[in-house]
Amino acid sequence: MPLGEAIERFVHPGAAIVLGTCLEQMIPFAATHEIIRRRIGDLSLIGPVSDICFDQLIGAGLARRVMGAWVGNVMMGSAYCFRRAVERGEPRRIDVVEFSNFTLALALHAAAIGAPFIPTRSALGTDLVARNPYLEPIASPLGGEPILAVRPLHPDTAIVHVQRADAHGNGIMWGSLGITPDAVRAARAVIVTAEEIVAPEQIRRDPNRVVIPGLVVSAVCEARWGAHPSPVQGYYRRDHEAYSEYHRVTKTADGYGRWRADWVEGVEGLGGYLRRLGNERVASLIPIDHHFPEPVDYGY
Amino acid sequence: MVNGGLAPRERMVLRAAREIEEGETVFVGTRLPLLAYLVAKDTHAPNAVALYENGLIREEAARELLFTMGDPPNILNATSASTTLDVMGMMQAGRVDLGLLGGAEVDRFGNINSTEVEDESGRMTRLPGSGGAADIASLARRTVVLIPQEARRLVERVRFRTSPGYGDGPGFREREGLPPGGPTAIVTTHAVFRFDRVIAEGYLYEIFPGVTVDHVLVGMSWSPRIAQPLGMTRPFSVEEISSLRRIDPEGFWTGGRG
Repeated sequence: MPLGEAIERFVHPGAAIVLGTCLEQMIPFAATHEIIRRRIGDLSLIGPVSDICFDQLIGAGLARRVMGAWVGNVMMGSAYCFRRAVERGEPRRIDVVEFSNFTLALALHAAAIGAPFIPTRSALGTDLVARNPYLEPIASPLGGEPILAVRPLHPDTAIVHVQRADAHGNGIMWGSLGITPDAVRAARAVIVTAEEIVAPEQIRRDPNRVVIPGLVVSAVCEARWGAHPSPVQGYYRRDHEAYSEYHRVTKTADGYGRWRADWVEGVEGLGGYLRRLGNERVASLIPIDHHFPEPVDYGY
Repeated sequence: MVNGGLAPRERMVLRAAREIEEGETVFVGTRLPLLAYLVAKDTHAPNAVALYENGLIREEAARELLFTMGDPPNILNATSASTTLDVMGMMQAGRVDLGLLGGAEVDRFGNINSTEVEDESGRMTRLPGSGGAADIASLARRTVVLIPQEARRLVERVRFRTSPGYGDGPGFREREGLPPGGPTAIVTTHAVFRFDRVIAEGYLYEIFPGVTVDHVLVGMSWSPRIAQPLGMTRPFSVEEISSLRRIDPEGFWTGGRG
């Protein structure tokens, strides 16, 4: 399915969407930019250590809430659109539901496995609890000791980027998975963007590497380079320059506006984005050496 | 010994690295904690094992500078690439000896704030937030905090308790249901603080060569007890310094050279 159509069909105004589930890799930037082009707003953004995809949506005024553990630029630190929104209500005020990475993983895990809640010993005695309705300090029903009950969190839509998927959305990934397996099982709809669409037979030859089962997926879209500037293992490296440039130019709202006009609104989809990036820069990010593990034998 | 040529953050990273013991399992926060881990791994603790919140377990050092724990060189030759739930779960089960953390503020009870700070005029600055810090501070068997020695950072009481240390004093962790754990050291650009278990409060344990107690006291907002006798940090060796500079040759993380 074309990416634009998938976003139109499965990301609705007011939706709670989870993205950036691998923390610092495989961030679905092409999908993020498509949401911005289509001005789908009032979103709740769910993510662990979320990359600048959150900052870009917040700067565009499309988010009303963040439910996450960390909002910033994973390479450079501060995310300025997020800061302007929280500190000054610009371009609009946003609420922050404060999670830690583990409590967010547990909230999605609870949803993924249909558990009424999951108890943990993490984040007790922190100020996160008062700013997060999903975290409830309770007495253990078994021993009476204090524990933290984490409520299930069901995103409306999960957007994930993978190396390979088939037309049914069965997705093969390698690298750092973060909270991806639980995020896609917790969400009501899942959009998979993939570097390559491959035949189902190819997926089935390596079932242990299938992180996303197609049965939870709503749409699968081919998006070569769709995670740039974040890295995709085996496909491209992190584009350090893009992270430091974003950090530099988005210090002001005007600068962010120019960035968005240049890189999102002023380009035609992912193809236009890559043309703007230029062949030379794209070529500079392709792996220069390769590391293949030994093949495994599923024979019997 | 060339300690005079070290940038303040280089000293902090080098001293923090010494808190890691050979063979330990370490949950590594991003940025300076990551650097400290890599120095320890390269010098006195070659068999230390790292867990990263993106799901990695790593025994072999990455072969180039990392800007994030999710950079491709950190995946290549990792021991295991699993999930956040998996590695955090192992930490909750007690398998992590040490968590290394940074933050914007730390207080006398070792609580850390990485959520929001306020300047003297009352203007709030929003920071990125917990990430995995609250979990590491809750669940590691002990934690070490890296923070520059500045009065606005070493505060009487954190504005926001993102990550729990000893809360408001003795008995806090048990009362709240937290595992024993908690901070055993705050390593700054000038000194090392350790924690007295009875009062659950940081005390000045050791100062770096060339630093005076006054230097330390003007760089903090509470009056710590001072160890008698006060320790002096063993000068950093050529091996330690060259290790750090091999790992971060441009001073990207430590803010350049002193």
